[in-house]
Amino acid sequence: MTEIQKTVRFKIKRQKDSETQPHWEEFDIPYRAGMNVITALWDIAKNPVTANGQKTTQVAWDASCLEEVCGACTMVINGKVRQSCTALIDHLSQPITLEPMTKFPLVRDLRVNRQRMFDALKRVKAWIPIDGTYDLGEGPKLSAQEQQIGYVLSKCMTCGCCVEACPQYNDRSEFVGAAALSQVRLFNLHPTGKMQKEERLETIMGSGGIEDCGNSQNCVEVCPKEIPLTTSIAELNRQTTLYGFKKIFQK
Amino acid sequence: MAKKPKIIVIGGGLAGLMTTIQICENGGEVDLFSVVPVKRSHSVCAQGGINAAKNTKGEGDSTDKHFDDTIYGGDFLANQELPRKMCEAAPGIIDLLDRMGVMFNRTPEGNIDLRRFGGTLYHRTAFAGATTGQQMLYALDEQVRRFESEGKVTKYEMWELMSLVMDEAKTVRGIVALNLYSMELQSFAADSVVLATGGCGLVFGRSTNSTACTGSAASIAYQNGAYYANAEFIQVHPTAIPGEDKNRLMSESARGEGGRVWTYKEGKPWYFLEEWYPKYGNLVPRDVASRAIFKVVKELGLGVDGKDVVYLDLSHIDSKTLDIKLGGILEIYEKFVGDDPRKVPMKIFPSVHYSMGGIWIDTNHMTNIPGLFAVGEVDYAYHGGNRLGANSLLSCIFGGRVAGPSSLNYAKGLEGKSPGSEIFDREVKKQESIHENLFSAEDGENPFKLHEELGRLMTDNVSVLRYNKNLEKTDAELQKLLERYQHISLSDTSRGANPVLPFARELYNMLHLARAITIGALNRNESRGAHYKPDFPERNDKDFLKTSKMKYHPDRPMIEWEDVDQRWIKPRPRKYD
Repeated sequence: MTEIQKTVRFKIKRQKDSETQPHWEEFDIPYRAGMNVITALWDIAKNPVTANGQKTTQVAWDASCLEEVCGACTMVINGKVRQSCTALIDHLSQPITLEPMTKFPLVRDLRVNRQRMFDALKRVKAWIPIDGTYDLGEGPKLSAQEQQIGYVLSKCMTCGCCVEACPQYNDRSEFVGAAALSQVRLFNLHPTGKMQKEERLETIMGSGGIEDCGNSQNCVEVCPKEIPLTTSIAELNRQTTLYGFKKIFQK
Repeated sequence: MAKKPKIIVIGGGLAGLMTTIQICENGGEVDLFSVVPVKRSHSVCAQGGINAAKNTKGEGDSTDKHFDDTIYGGDFLANQELPRKMCEAAPGIIDLLDRMGVMFNRTPEGNIDLRRFGGTLYHRTAFAGATTGQQMLYALDEQVRRFESEGKVTKYEMWELMSLVMDEAKTVRGIVALNLYSMELQSFAADSVVLATGGCGLVFGRSTNSTACTGSAASIAYQNGAYYANAEFIQVHPTAIPGEDKNRLMSESARGEGGRVWTYKEGKPWYFLEEWYPKYGNLVPRDVASRAIFKVVKELGLGVDGKDVVYLDLSHIDSKTLDIKLGGILEIYEKFVGDDPRKVPMKIFPSVHYSMGGIWIDTNHMTNIPGLFAVGEVDYAYHGGNRLGANSLLSCIFGGRVAGPSSLNYAKGLEGKSPGSEIFDREVKKQESIHENLFSAEDGENPFKLHEELGRLMTDNVSVLRYNKNLEKTDAELQKLLERYQHISLSDTSRGANPVLPFARELYNMLHLARAITIGALNRNESRGAHYKPDFPERNDKDFLKTSKMKYHPDRPMIEWEDVDQRWIKPRPRKYD
């Protein structure tokens, strides 16, 4: 008895560059147990032929770790922004649609340029300004509770899910987005980072800062690392308000 | 005032970023190249932790003991000076990372907690949940971003190394790189060049490595005359989830926190590691554990349900403790397999994981090519024949602390005129013509399919068990693949962000590296660390306590042997039972 090979239908948005009009291509990929979207994209690389037998080019997409710790392979799958490595075929309805994120300049097909997110980290001074890497002895003590809060915040992969889902984040606004804001909270709670707390708050008080948040709360819904982004933003609202008062009374 | 020294660092993982920080701190400027935004480098995949003999558990641990475990774990193959300095520096490195804000797990008193790892009897591993590599990478990424905002670092992310630019004296003067978004080739001049490009897991097809770990840059250096040392030492990690796209690591820290490996024998659970190695139990080094699992599954036929898997079991441990200490890997298992490892044992199997071998360097991290340095997994210097768990992150940071200042000092000491533009133009033209040839080929073989064949060939013949007959056959097959490579074509010939062209270039370099690994394994007729030949089951110090150094030759890699510096610790039999 010959078994009929089960296939998976994909519908992929193709676009050569940001100047070209997008079009859709469909693919039938042989099904294997446990497969994810990445496996399917590699199948296409090995055999770039569409569902109706047309030769085509390999799909361009970004990937690196394939275990959801690097953030590279983020795309919009069946309308939802997420990493394609953890998108298991068994949990997706078909045809599976793959589209690039919409909030960043398109490079090609499913590939976008998320430089704006890294620039935002620069703007908000998301670092601890250590004196140097030479031996200065032990770091500050930290309670296990503080560590647990900080660790969750520092798992942010800069993947872009939160800003893709954010109605305030687009090419007409300068909004730094939830990911960068949450990093401000992280560094402002660290015993050393605290020392530059006000400097960091300054960076998010002007245009594109925390006031651009429209409180839609979409970010926290889509964050793959379950980072409490809205809690972070609420906490920063409190910090900037207090700092605002302080500035008024110190004048 | 003299111009600031300009150093090119290739690779933005832990080693590359630490090197960059050290150069900037000492007054140099860095052009930092990476095939991914540096924050997405493969270091994020390191899970369990970083070793340092901080001795905060009252066990009497010391940096000497750490050094001894490292040399013993590596089966005495490592030259001892750099590992010794690394182990001495380790406690200070943890403090530095802590000052940078790495969220290490804490004890009730607020100190950095330590856990156990393989190949040692001490609590010596600092950790940030089970995503320590990610947390460390982010801390260094933040420090480099700070230097970037001060204008000391220029990042070239999504650029890939295509070749080195050498002058008449065979000194490195710069590189040619490919912009992965535009397929533009460009040359960059520098006073010295540091390779920090990681491992070569993709040579084996599926491994625990990220997609960027092709070994392509290492192979470029090798093909330009750099020695590739101890190529045959490839670590196979005992516990990974087998997958279609990659094998996902289940950290050694799972066993460090009490996880047990078992399978069924005569209907009852059989904890074979605990039975065979009562002293170290589940925490034997990786080479020992992987061979044991191979024996149970392949020789005794006792894989779970007759398949190529055994159990890694955490279900007896309190789930709140598991969440705090191992959350990251539990999440991976849940997301990719669908079962909850707090409740059911995980199904795992060994997978290619790490290359102990790599570019040969001296104790200043310089290769045999003047001006070219190597650091991180791409160098060969720290782990001998088998790396201990949680020593890799340490070697990346320590290596960066050596390679940064060394490459800067070399740059400062450069005398004479800078080279003219001809050598750069010539190299760009050479690379362009390679690309034109690839673009113009039609109806040839698909490079991704060739890569699949390469991976299967290497995994079947050059991983845990090695037989000379098979190694000879493998090299013959690799030569055939190189021949077939001449007849590949690209499914995409556009000059935009073409994903096929860079892969085709990497594949060529992988094939040459695969030959170095295979020929290295063929020539080493003994068993040492991760290198195991059933026909030569014993270690042979008389003939093979030597570093193998592979020199590129287009016909066949040429092997040279170099004595190992054993100044501090003399070889003794290696046993964990």
